[in-house]
Amino acid sequence: MPLDTQIDPATHKFKLVGSRPLRPDGVDKVTGRARFGADATAPGMLVGRILRSPHAHARIRKIDTSRAEKLPGVKAIVTQADFKDAKGDQDVVCNVMARDKALYDGHAVAAVAATDALVARKALKLIKVDYEVLPHVTDVDESMKPGAPLLHAGMITEGVEPPPKKASNVAGRCEFGHGDPETGFKQADVVIERTFKTEATHQGYIEPHACLASVTADGHADLWVCTQGHYMVRNVCAEILGMDVSRLRVTASEIGGGFGGKTTVFIEPVALALARKSGKPVKIVMSREEVFRASGPTSSASMTVKIGVTRAGKITGAFADIRMQGGAFAGAPTSLGAMSAFACYDLEHVKAIGWDVVTNRPKQAAYRAPGAPMVAFAVESVLDELAQKIGMDPIELRLKNAAKEGTQSSYGPKFNRIGLTACLEAARKHPHYTAKLGPNQGRGIAAGFWFNFGGQTCVSLNIGVDGTVALAVGTPDIGGSRASMCLIAAEELGIPYDKVRAIVADTSSLGHNDISEGSRVTFSTGLATIQAARDAIGKLCARAAKMWGISPEAVVWENGYAKPAGSNAGNFEPLSLAAIAKKAAKTGGPIAGHYEVNADGAGVSFAVHLTDAEVDPETGRVQIKRYTVVQDAGKAVHPSYVEGQFQGGAVQGIGWAINEEYVYGKDGRLQNPGFLDYRIPVASDLPMIDTVIVEVPNPGHPYGVRGVGETSIVPPLAAVANAVSNAAGVRLTALPMSPPRVLKAIDEAAAVKKRKR
Amino acid sequence: MRYEAPTTINAAVKLLAGKAGVARVLAGGTDLLVQMRTDRIAPDLVVDVKRIAGMRAIATGAKGFKIGAAVSGAELGEHKALRKAWPGVVEAANLIGPKQIQSRATIAGNVCNASPAADSVPALVAAGASAVIAGTKGKRTVPVETIAVGPGRTSLKKGEIVEAILLPKRPPRSGDAYLRFIPRSEMDIAVVGVGVSLTLDTKGVCTAARVALGAVAERVLLVPEAAKALIGSKIDDDALARLAAAASAACRPIDDKRGTKEFRIKIAGVLAKRAAQAAAARARGK
Repeated sequence: MPLDTQIDPATHKFKLVGSRPLRPDGVDKVTGRARFGADATAPGMLVGRILRSPHAHARIRKIDTSRAEKLPGVKAIVTQADFKDAKGDQDVVCNVMARDKALYDGHAVAAVAATDALVARKALKLIKVDYEVLPHVTDVDESMKPGAPLLHAGMITEGVEPPPKKASNVAGRCEFGHGDPETGFKQADVVIERTFKTEATHQGYIEPHACLASVTADGHADLWVCTQGHYMVRNVCAEILGMDVSRLRVTASEIGGGFGGKTTVFIEPVALALARKSGKPVKIVMSREEVFRASGPTSSASMTVKIGVTRAGKITGAFADIRMQGGAFAGAPTSLGAMSAFACYDLEHVKAIGWDVVTNRPKQAAYRAPGAPMVAFAVESVLDELAQKIGMDPIELRLKNAAKEGTQSSYGPKFNRIGLTACLEAARKHPHYTAKLGPNQGRGIAAGFWFNFGGQTCVSLNIGVDGTVALAVGTPDIGGSRASMCLIAAEELGIPYDKVRAIVADTSSLGHNDISEGSRVTFSTGLATIQAARDAIGKLCARAAKMWGISPEAVVWENGYAKPAGSNAGNFEPLSLAAIAKKAAKTGGPIAGHYEVNADGAGVSFAVHLTDAEVDPETGRVQIKRYTVVQDAGKAVHPSYVEGQFQGGAVQGIGWAINEEYVYGKDGRLQNPGFLDYRIPVASDLPMIDTVIVEVPNPGHPYGVRGVGETSIVPPLAAVANAVSNAAGVRLTALPMSPPRVLKAIDEAAAVKKRKR
Repeated sequence: MRYEAPTTINAAVKLLAGKAGVARVLAGGTDLLVQMRTDRIAPDLVVDVKRIAGMRAIATGAKGFKIGAAVSGAELGEHKALRKAWPGVVEAANLIGPKQIQSRATIAGNVCNASPAADSVPALVAAGASAVIAGTKGKRTVPVETIAVGPGRTSLKKGEIVEAILLPKRPPRSGDAYLRFIPRSEMDIAVVGVGVSLTLDTKGVCTAARVALGAVAERVLLVPEAAKALIGSKIDDDALARLAAAASAACRPIDDKRGTKEFRIKIAGVLAKRAAQAAAARARGK
């Protein structure tokens, strides 16, 4: 079968793709057998612990480790001195171990490896750090002001012409769009401009960061780690430690959640440095408090959005100014936020400006559709208000302006085939949309967009002597991808699902694989699996041809069997995959399929969320009563896991909208580094999240697959805010909509009403 | 650190009284172990009281209930007579943590941990509960509201242990309720907690009431002015409005990560009203 065989996903009858078999990793996970990051052990293993800055901003004058070094059981201590020659991204190096300054509460300043946890804890207390405490700033708007405490003396804003002469906390500016919004606003009947704020949230993965490092005397190293991308960990750590990439083998553990937060390194280079210094394996497991204080939460945002519409519901102009702080280093996802801001709509005049700002907070990491949820909150809130102002149904307003195939997107490219209109129509038809609301309840809808990504991918498919298949992929399974890959391989080969076993191979076993991020795995690894299977099929056909003594071109593959292509080819009994595999040694040796690709063509995706919220008018407490997710999956390979992604994104978005927030004290210290006061939703906080899978095939994938993992978190902040605003009778413009904030808004609105009377 | 698990109360008192340094009592351990693991305290001595006779029993007598200091929340919830007489107290105790915590956590521990936001304490104070304290000079019985004096601080003297919590017998047409405000639906800590216990006469007029507030001051407050609003009324809207005003007026909260002063003061009134309605419904047999 040629490698570029395209099927029409809309009409093709799949045998396995689209079914819902049990996940292969399920039994291990429910019986406790699955090995997560902290489950790795090695003989003679030491316990690694990290000393962290209690100050938001402080110059490190001196670190005295002499007393700790003398403590029996302490085998190694590392500080900035051990990383001073480290190559690679210096922001990452400096985040892993503070240099001359501690830049946030929780910033690592030293680490010890000791024979047990109690010794390690004692040793940390014996390390004396001489700090000169400096003024700090944690709020994005405050940090942009002239005179704000400066984090980096050399930070000159990028993307501003001419470049500013003075250093500031603004790392960069970006701008996207076309036309002229001011012209557009002049054509509008109604223009609304509002400013919104969102607080920083954490991905809230249940498994803390954990790794075990081992370095041999001759410079070979192994690292077992919980990560979304072990190749990234290998490349970054090898550079920081000055090792050959091939000398470091990284094995990814099972992962207890990542959501983007495990796409960088924190403890891994430290564990390797301690292992190299001590000569013994070193394990580091973050505490929950460390995860909150010193991993990578998302950005907080401050945004101004202005949109104009005609009475007939045409959006004539749209503008957004987006300010995000991404912690102590450049990299807040402002450009993704600005690019996605108006991507749902077909607009003539649109502009979005983004500002990337540093503050004394931990360096942000990716969190599911980084940058997009907050911006969608602002944009979709204004649209909701505009729909009310012109007396138009909110879905109708969005349908009138929805981006379609051929639309010039607000961030540049023209859209290929997309499914926003299909999602909006499915939402409008859903019984939820017309269900009756109870007292103190309001309904909210919002649309959302995400790019989805492809990237470097390498897959091997090995055929066993009995005809069963071992599939090796290099993308950690963060959403059920092993099940999906088994389905895809079995579909292509024409064998049952349970004859394929997928593993996540270590970094020495496959070529480079990019991180499991950007909703790329089912798309890219799926694409590579299809092609690896087709590569194997080509070889299987050649072996059958050899067994029959005919030309390989005269053999076709159908439903798991090699068959002569026609009567001219000869009259042979079809050969099964198992029958060919059995004779492999005599026909040329082992049979395997491979594929390497830098996958392109990941189709963008859209979602529309509907939700009903109830607000207690006396306390401001919000309850989500009903929730429906409608999203375009292109083609759902394993619908249960697609639905799981829809539900998971909605739930994280609900948490972000209602209760989750990083709370900093006046001292710049994080006040709530634990799940008691950092409130992710618990099961009883949520209704069943209903899902509708829309399938508008992605032209860039053989089956039409689109990524689904991230789009689902884009609309919920806005959908919930619209529902709460409609229930409370007052527009909420700041997240989270925690009870004190909602009650205050209700009371203030009541006071204004009273004054007017 | 030394760990001891004596089998008599006298031995426990002796250990605690005799030790220099930091000594702590271990009942359920759901506060103590967390504090130790997060480095907030490093005790020199831990005295486990679970093996002392009677510590894990609920005794029912003519005067009411005697609840051993090591009785878990789950055990309270499974005690039918106690649940019937003091549903508000039992519900308050059962609100603390998930099943795993419920199988360990104790109300005596909740009282002695002296958190202003302790869930069972406003319910106990409203119920008129008292604590039996054993010490080097014998035993004394005090109202529960006199034990905590500030966050993490109690009026217990060196060597003293709470041995049991006493709940009085209920007159007819009595009811109690505890409500707390939390942003989530469970697994959370009270931003405000309100316990109300009251008794009605045959005409539905309130003859006795106690109202206690949690998380609005440095310790749980008994608010007689709030109770006064109820006594003599049929728990009607006027009485409830006066109750809410009195409850709010008694608050002296702080601004913190869990809520603002302004918010707590307002919510105390709202919850007092709702708790009084729930207690009254119980007293009416509904």
